[in-house]
Amino acid sequence: MSRPNDGPLIDVRDLERTFDVRRRVEGRRRRVREQVVAVHDLTFSVDAGEMVGYIGPNGAGKSTTIKMLTGILVPSGGEVRVGGLDPSRQRVDLARRIGVVFGQRSTLWWDLPLRDSFELLQKMYRIPPARYRENLDRFVDLLDLGAQLDTPVRQLSLGQRMRGDITAALLHDPEVIYLDEPTIGLDVVSKGRLREFLRALNAERGTTLLLTTHDLQDIEALCDRVIVIDHGTSVYDGSLAGLHAQGGSRRTLVVDLVDEAPPIDVPGAEVRTVEGPRQWLSFPSDASAAPIVAAVAAAYDVADLSIQEPDIEDVIRDLYSRGA
Amino acid sequence: MGDLRTYGQIAWLWIRAAWQYPTSFVLLAVGNGLITGLDFVGLWIMFSHLRDLAGFTLHEVALLYGSASLALAVADTAIGSVERIGTYIRTGRLDQMMTKPVPLLVQVCADQFTLRRLGRLTQAAVVFGWACTYVDWTPLRVLVAVSMLVSGALLFFGLFVGFSCIQFWTTDATEFANAFTYGGATVTQYPLSIFPREVMVGLTFVIPVAFVNWYPCLYLLGRSDPFGSPDALQFASPVAGILTMVAALLVWRTGVRHYTSTGS
Amino acid sequence: MLHVAVATRAFRRYSTYRAATVSGIFTNSVFGIIYSFAYLALWEANPTAGGYDAQDAVTYVWLGQALLMTIALWGGGTTDDLAERVRTGDIAIDLYRPVGLVGWYLASDLGRAAYHLLTRGFGPTVIGLVVFDIALPGSALDAAAFAVSLVLAVVVSFAIRFLVASTAFWLLDQSGVKVMSGAFAIFFSGMMLPLVLFPGWLGTVANALPWASYVQVPADIWLGKHQGVDLLAALSFQVAWAVVLLAACHGVLRLATRKVVVQGG
Repeated sequence: MSRPNDGPLIDVRDLERTFDVRRRVEGRRRRVREQVVAVHDLTFSVDAGEMVGYIGPNGAGKSTTIKMLTGILVPSGGEVRVGGLDPSRQRVDLARRIGVVFGQRSTLWWDLPLRDSFELLQKMYRIPPARYRENLDRFVDLLDLGAQLDTPVRQLSLGQRMRGDITAALLHDPEVIYLDEPTIGLDVVSKGRLREFLRALNAERGTTLLLTTHDLQDIEALCDRVIVIDHGTSVYDGSLAGLHAQGGSRRTLVVDLVDEAPPIDVPGAEVRTVEGPRQWLSFPSDASAAPIVAAVAAAYDVADLSIQEPDIEDVIRDLYSRGA
Repeated sequence: MGDLRTYGQIAWLWIRAAWQYPTSFVLLAVGNGLITGLDFVGLWIMFSHLRDLAGFTLHEVALLYGSASLALAVADTAIGSVERIGTYIRTGRLDQMMTKPVPLLVQVCADQFTLRRLGRLTQAAVVFGWACTYVDWTPLRVLVAVSMLVSGALLFFGLFVGFSCIQFWTTDATEFANAFTYGGATVTQYPLSIFPREVMVGLTFVIPVAFVNWYPCLYLLGRSDPFGSPDALQFASPVAGILTMVAALLVWRTGVRHYTSTGS
Repeated sequence: MLHVAVATRAFRRYSTYRAATVSGIFTNSVFGIIYSFAYLALWEANPTAGGYDAQDAVTYVWLGQALLMTIALWGGGTTDDLAERVRTGDIAIDLYRPVGLVGWYLASDLGRAAYHLLTRGFGPTVIGLVVFDIALPGSALDAAAFAVSLVLAVVVSFAIRFLVASTAFWLLDQSGVKVMSGAFAIFFSGMMLPLVLFPGWLGTVANALPWASYVQVPADIWLGKHQGVDLLAALSFQVAWAVVLLAACHGVLRLATRKVVVQGG
């Protein structure tokens, strides 16, 4: 990996974060204090211009990491640097250089047109008027928001609102943008358009992107690199293909037979479940489905076939159970 | 200065957002005016049974009431939203604000800015104006009156910010703060001579709301303190206002630091 | 049985906010102390104002603080849920249920009131007893009548809050109406100043309005100001308003249902 001489944009070293949690325990009147480890021994760095998928199961420590990267949370130990700044100490300075989109929480003014929210952000970030107009025109064009600029946010669709939020996070030319579940709840067309936009943004301006998502297709479409976190620590850092290989993830062939039959026996795949005439066959992700489909079709009367991609949660679970 | 401008710009957006529901906006403004208006009617009814309250006549009490109410209305309009930080923490809104390059306190205070206190402001101004016609004005008294209103607003500002910070530690005890903020405001509607000396000392040195109106009003009315405290206190409101502000800002900083170090 | 379950659930729901309850009792007590001194000064200057003596007046202050949350004087309580469901449109589901909506919310509000009485009613009363030696009911009959009067106070207050929340069917947002209604409630309930002090026609009007059921009527029963036929008249006054207002709730709900069903929201 090539690194510019001035070091990585995001540098996380031996990061630790624990929380004191008070919990009610049956039979005791007072709540019991407990320490919960949210992030443990986390080290990674991201260079300017990279697009990185930051993934892991719920509660793995993703949002805790983002909070420490943005300065909302002070680390319990270790070190964080973003653009050479210490986020928690230089939060306000850092804020000018980063953009954050929190998944389902909008920063836009609910009752006012999009344009008003954007104009306020121009003033908050003190964006030069010419630059602001240029950015706004560009993003509105790329995200196809022109018709919505003067519509109150409450009347926008989920996809339009998300595009509005992403525009809001980018108007001040941030060096890095954190996106938390940007495509959740969007339809296929909106998802596609958003991914295209993010790719263009990265290509044109070299904006660094850190993306947390449950949608494997987001990662496939956007990220050259994936960091998998589980139980607060990084369990994988590398390419998506490598993740599949290392995780030993498997795809599933769903076969609908004309009649019920005993478990299908074909080379290269094994039956996971049988439900009446429907059977689920699992095979390695890196293997081709063609010979298996051919073998099944040759031996049985098939009504329908479909292939299920591996769920990211499964991949990570696999990965983690192997690592442990 | 720049932050003050940002405050104004955020506030302006909220005013425009509120205008999207004109019926509610008008009813809220009128309702709030009504609450404080009826408040004063209550005081007036009280005086229909009395010649004086603890030695103070109706127009003297009106001066106390009007000045405190005016200070409270100004402070409440400017920073009323700070009472909601518990909600902001729960909903994640505070986190969003922390990623913006504007001081957090400015954003929190300007958030959901509302002009509904205009009702209270108007009502307080009318009562204060009426009471002022009974004051025997001198240049120094004018100066004390102006400094009283400014210091009073600062004091309430400090009380609201300081006590709202409790929510950084526990988000469901907002009412605790009300005892000191609105309680303090209620106390200032009466001549403090209705209270025992111990309460009076507390209102001077612990929750210093006596400086909002009591001491400076004694000077405006040319009276000495029924408790016999030194006359110098009658000029000390600016000091009390600034000290309270400084204390509140320190508490605020501690609160934010607590939040960033515990995330809750 | 269903309504008992609804009430129990509301009671439990409110009882989860312990820190809020404790801080609320503290705040009520602080206000109780402030108003006690104000009233003591008033009754010192005029020892028979409104037919009360100083102990009556201070007792009245603490009863007011105890009732503040129990009757949800400022508005709110479970009727806020109703307004929220109207705003989000979820109310359409409720309207198709076979259970009467008014009864449902009333049961729920009584559960809430029971919790607030036991905590935020009882707490300040104890503080008032200890610090200001407030009066207790003079007889078992007065105490029993006070209990009945208290329930009626909650019902009347509920009905008014239900009507306020119902404005959301037409205005979408109840907040403006709620603030207006709260202002009237504070003034005309006797919370701000006992209605016995209101002069002439203002006193006559205030004592005839439903808000008098909130604080003035129960407090006077507690203080033993109503005896015999007079006591019956006081309770009948509350019953009459409860019946009229609950009927109004049903009427408004019928109009609202027609609006939701015909216009689709």
